[in-house]
Amino acid sequence: MNLVILVVVVVAVIAFIWFLYNSIIVAKLRVNEALSQIDVQLKRRTDLIPNLVEAVKGYAKHEKQLFEDVTKERANLVSAKSVEEKAKANNQLTETFKSIFAVAEAYPALRASENFMQLQEEVSDTENKIAYSRQFYNSNVLDYNTKLVIFPNVLIAGMLGFKPAEFFAATEEEKKAVKVSF
Amino acid sequence: MNIYSAISSNKNKTWLIMFLFVVFITTLVYVFSKAMGFSLGLAGIALVIAGITSIGSYYYSDKLVLATTGAKEIKKSDYPKYYRTVENMCIAAGLSMPKVYIVEDASPNAFATGRDPKHAVVCATTGLLAMMDDAELEGVIAHELSHIKNYDIRLMGVVVVLVGFIAIISDLFIRATFYSNSDDNKASSIFLILAIVFAILSPIAATLIQLAVSRKREYLADASGALLTRYPEGLASALEKLAHDKTPPRVASNATAHLYIENPFDNKKVKNFFTGLFNTHPPLEERIKILRQM
Repeated sequence: MNLVILVVVVVAVIAFIWFLYNSIIVAKLRVNEALSQIDVQLKRRTDLIPNLVEAVKGYAKHEKQLFEDVTKERANLVSAKSVEEKAKANNQLTETFKSIFAVAEAYPALRASENFMQLQEEVSDTENKIAYSRQFYNSNVLDYNTKLVIFPNVLIAGMLGFKPAEFFAATEEEKKAVKVSF
Repeated sequence: MNIYSAISSNKNKTWLIMFLFVVFITTLVYVFSKAMGFSLGLAGIALVIAGITSIGSYYYSDKLVLATTGAKEIKKSDYPKYYRTVENMCIAAGLSMPKVYIVEDASPNAFATGRDPKHAVVCATTGLLAMMDDAELEGVIAHELSHIKNYDIRLMGVVVVLVGFIAIISDLFIRATFYSNSDDNKASSIFLILAIVFAILSPIAATLIQLAVSRKREYLADASGALLTRYPEGLASALEKLAHDKTPPRVASNATAHLYIENPFDNKKVKNFFTGLFNTHPPLEERIKILRQM
C-alpha cells in the first residue's frame, strides 16, 4: 500500500516537472525567436550604412569624423553578442544617424538626390521595424520571466537551469516619447 | 475572453458550423424528398454536395470573399506606406506576413480573411488609404491583424460561405413565391413549402451569424490592436473618420458585411429586414469611447 502511494507521488511529481519544463521552454523559444527577428532588422540596418555613407560622402567629403563614427558603431553592432550590447550599439547608431541627417540638411543637392531620399526612407522604416520587433521581443521576455518567478515554478525553474532573459532597452528619448499623454 | 480562449473557441465554432451545415442540408433534402415521394438517394447526393461545400468553404472562403469584393493583390512598390504598415504590425504581433490586397472603392473600409495566420489576407479600400494618416492606418491594420491572430478570419470565412449560402437561397425562394403566377398547382405548392421552410430558416441563419460573429470579438480586436500600436488614439480617430464618412459602399453584401472593420450598411437609408438582422458591429461611438479610456 505504501509502495502504491510512493509510486503515485513520484509519478505526480514527474508529471508536474514535465509540464512545467515544457511550458517554460516554449516561452524561452518564443524569446529566442523574437530576438532573431530583431537581428534580422539590425542586419538590415547595418547593411544600409555603407550605402548611406557613400551617398553622403559624394556631397559632404569633410565630415570625416561622422563617417568614422558610423563605421565604428556599425562594427560594434555587428560584433555585439549579448542583448545589452546590441541594444547599446543600436541606440548609439540611432544617434549618429540623426547627426548624419542633420548634416545633410546643410546640403540641398544631397537632400534632393533621389538616392538619398530613398535611403532616408529605408532608414526610418528600419528604425520603425526595430522598434516593433523590440516591442514584441520585450513582451515575450516579460512572459518568460514571469513564468520563472511565479509560484510554484520558482521552486524548480532555477534547478532546471532557466535564467531570466534580458530586455532590449530603448533609447532614453524613446522612453520619454512613451510618456506623452493624449 | 482573452486571446487564447478566443482562438480555441473560434476553431471549435468553425467545426460546429461546418457540421451543422451538412446535417441541416441533408435533413432538409431528406424530409423534402420523403414528402414529395422522390427517391431517398437524393438525400445521399445532398450529403455529398453539402460535405464538399463545407470542406470547400474551409479552404476557399478567402478566395470567394476576395472575388466577390473585387480585391486585387498588391506589391510593396504599388502602395509602399500601406505595405510597410502591414509589415510593421506583423513584426509587432509576431505574425508572418499576410498577402496584401486593395479594393478600388472610395468608401473607406478594411477586412482580413483566410483560414489561419499562415494563409491570411489583409485588404483595404483605396478610400481608406487616402483618408487615414499613418497612426490611424496603423490602428486599422493592427485591428485586422488581431482578427487574423485570433482565428476570427477562419470562423468568419466559413460563416460567410455556408450561412450566407442559406441566407441567399431563402431570400431567393421568398422572392420567387411572391412573384410567381404559376398555374401549375403542384409546382407552386412545392415552392410555397420551400418558401415557408426557408422563411423560418433565414432568421435562424442570421442568428447563427450573430452568435458566431459576436460583438465581443470586435472589442477584443480593438483592444489587442491597441496593444500592438501602443497608441489607442490611432484607431479611435480612424473609427471617428469612418463614423463621419458618408460615401456609400460599392462592393459589400449581406453575406460579407461582418468581415469589415465597420458595418458597410450603416448609412443606408432604407434598412431592409436582412440588414437589420445582420447588424454585426457594435456602435462605433461605443468602440471609440472604450479606446479613449485605455
